Amino acid sequence: MALDSKKNTLTDQKLLQIHDLMVKARVTEERLIHIYKQGLGYFWIGGPGEEAFSVPLGLLIDKGQGKNKDWLYLHYRALPTLIAMGLDMESAFRTMFNKATDLSSGGRNFVNHYSIPKWNVAPITSVIEVQYSMAIGTAYVQKKEKGNKSLTVVTGGDAGSHESDFASCLIWSSRPKKELPILITVQNNQWGISTSYDEQHGSKSIAERAKAFQIESYVIDGNDPIKCYHTLKTAIKSIRKNRKPIFIEAKVSRLYGHSSASGANYVQEPCCIKNFEAFLIKKKLITKKQIKDIWERYKETAKKIQQKIMKEKDPQAESIWQHVYFKEDASDWRKF
Amino acid sequence: MATMVQAIRMALHYGEKHLEVKDIFGQDVGPPLGGVFTATQGLKTTWNSPLDERGIIGTAIGIAMTGERCVCEIQFADYIFNTIDLLKLAGNNLWASHGQFPLPLVLMTPNGAGIHGSIYHSHSFDTWATRIPGWKIVSPSNALDAYGLMLSAILDPNPVFYLKPKALLRVKSKEKIPGEPESEKELKERIDAPIGLERENWKARWPKLELYTVPLGKARLVEEGTDITVVSYGRSLVLCEKAIQNLDISVELIDLRSLYPYDWQSIKKSLQKTGRILFVNEDTEVSNFGEHLAYRCTKEAFYDLLVPPTVLAGKQVPGIGLHPNLESATVPQISDIKKEIEKLVHSSL
Ligand SMILES: Cc1ncc(C[n+]2csc(CCOP(=O)(O)OP(=O)(O)O)c2C)c(N)n1
Repeated sequence: MALDSKKNTLTDQKLLQIHDLMVKARVTEERLIHIYKQGLGYFWIGGPGEEAFSVPLGLLIDKGQGKNKDWLYLHYRALPTLIAMGLDMESAFRTMFNKATDLSSGGRNFVNHYSIPKWNVAPITSVIEVQYSMAIGTAYVQKKEKGNKSLTVVTGGDAGSHESDFASCLIWSSRPKKELPILITVQNNQWGISTSYDEQHGSKSIAERAKAFQIESYVIDGNDPIKCYHTLKTAIKSIRKNRKPIFIEAKVSRLYGHSSASGANYVQEPCCIKNFEAFLIKKKLITKKQIKDIWERYKETAKKIQQKIMKEKDPQAESIWQHVYFKEDASDWRKF
Repeated sequence: MATMVQAIRMALHYGEKHLEVKDIFGQDVGPPLGGVFTATQGLKTTWNSPLDERGIIGTAIGIAMTGERCVCEIQFADYIFNTIDLLKLAGNNLWASHGQFPLPLVLMTPNGAGIHGSIYHSHSFDTWATRIPGWKIVSPSNALDAYGLMLSAILDPNPVFYLKPKALLRVKSKEKIPGEPESEKELKERIDAPIGLERENWKARWPKLELYTVPLGKARLVEEGTDITVVSYGRSLVLCEKAIQNLDISVELIDLRSLYPYDWQSIKKSLQKTGRILFVNEDTEVSNFGEHLAYRCTKEAFYDLLVPPTVLAGKQVPGIGLHPNLESATVPQISDIKKEIEKLVHSSL
């Protein structure tokens, strides 16, 4: 699937930046998979195949802390978004090795389950779809404030859209005169774990469901970073101004299967990075050699970071009693 | 004096006026109804939500995530079951994020039997709630505590579960809510919404209320005694009060008020004095929260015990039947409590 260069209005610099970040995210994930296969990690799940959607999203976020900045309710495949926002590789490895130094959860949660208050990244949870009902509350707070231009973004998979939280999100964000400034997205990779999209979805698209609530909706090729960037940019701009929801369904690939539970082996599906590289070469923005160098550079970096993070501290047993309550130690009933 | 529901309403008013509560919401919580039990009439920040319990809890979490304070309501505890994974999530949000995302929210819901509510308006959620770590759980047995616990719940930076005993909502207080007007009539005129067309333009005229808090995790000694300790909360506590009135036994009655964290020191101290202990609540009896307390008594005060610690709770059946004969056979009644106390006091190990 070749990209349509005529529709591109991005600067060369932006195109190269997007490519660089896509590779960075992919290499990080592939190293995480490698760690799993080395027997050094318990589990892997992540975002290879979603970079073309996820990186532009990260670049378009007005990042920061507090109600006047964008909020993100992400799923467990959102690493490319966070890399695009500036997350370092170290943070990803710390989640993989469940280290005490993992700021997101202190070694409590799975790989790629981030929580980053300084960027309004709400805790990513394994529970499918709940982020769609939580995002409502945050978007509601943003809507209430006059002059607030920030929005809430929610991401997730196609199978998860069958949970009632998805319906909640559509219902609550489209109430007459109370519409919410929320970008509702689905990264449709055509699979649950092993259950295919086609065998479970009666609606023409997931976007059709949003349309039923008068929510402006788009279905886009999630393997085309230019298309994704343009659609996301327009949608985000509109939400900032009009304070109403927009829905985007991006058709993406799932390049290493569902997770390590299904082997995490490479699957032959369209690869957004390969497509994009062919486009960039054709446009003479980059050479094959330069592309190879980018990959090699990130691979080398990832290897070094792995070695460094493996030596960091593990969480200690006593720490299970921390953070049961906010700033309180009295959480063990034996000590009441 | 104020009824419990008036006390809750006044606490919510105090919360929105002085404690930065920005949203009070749920099904039929806003105007015109102000809640199916009228707990939210006349308030400034109330609004009606879609009929979607998961959406309500999700929204409350999302509001709290930004640091804003809200109070949400599930119309009846019976309808909270489809939100249980979101409750678990609210309970673990702080822990899973390594202390980074506290959730300052209050969830209130009418709980328990006693109003002929049939199978789906009589459930208790007490024990279920205690199985969701990260929450604090309270249930008042009188209007003053209802006021004080609500204000503490609002002030607490953690998610707090506020179980409103349905059957006590219309019961009048014995004590004054700080700032409550002298006469009941005046209070009613000021804060109860009129029925019918008048309601449309009605505005509450709130009395000048004062801050009064009941610390979370602290029980109240209702009655001192020496023969047996009875521990209860919410509606059952009131039944216990009645049950011990004409007994020839010296009962020490403790109102737990907070189910979690719970006031173990008060329970233990009393048990060490009396040697006998009975836990009373309405939730179903198998894996009941009272069993945890009874277990702890056995474990930590074994040599103080004169009889086995006992739990009197709801029968392990799928529902609470409508006919009074069915309801009273299912959840503890005054006569059951009396009988159990007598049995325990007149038997020994
Ligand atoms: C509520 C819930 N049910 C089941 C699971 C187990 N599970 C994990 S991922 C998954 C499939 C999710 O598919 P989809 O929403 O399409 O997202 P994808 O993983 O394909 O990105 C399932 C069933 C879960 N984590 N949460």
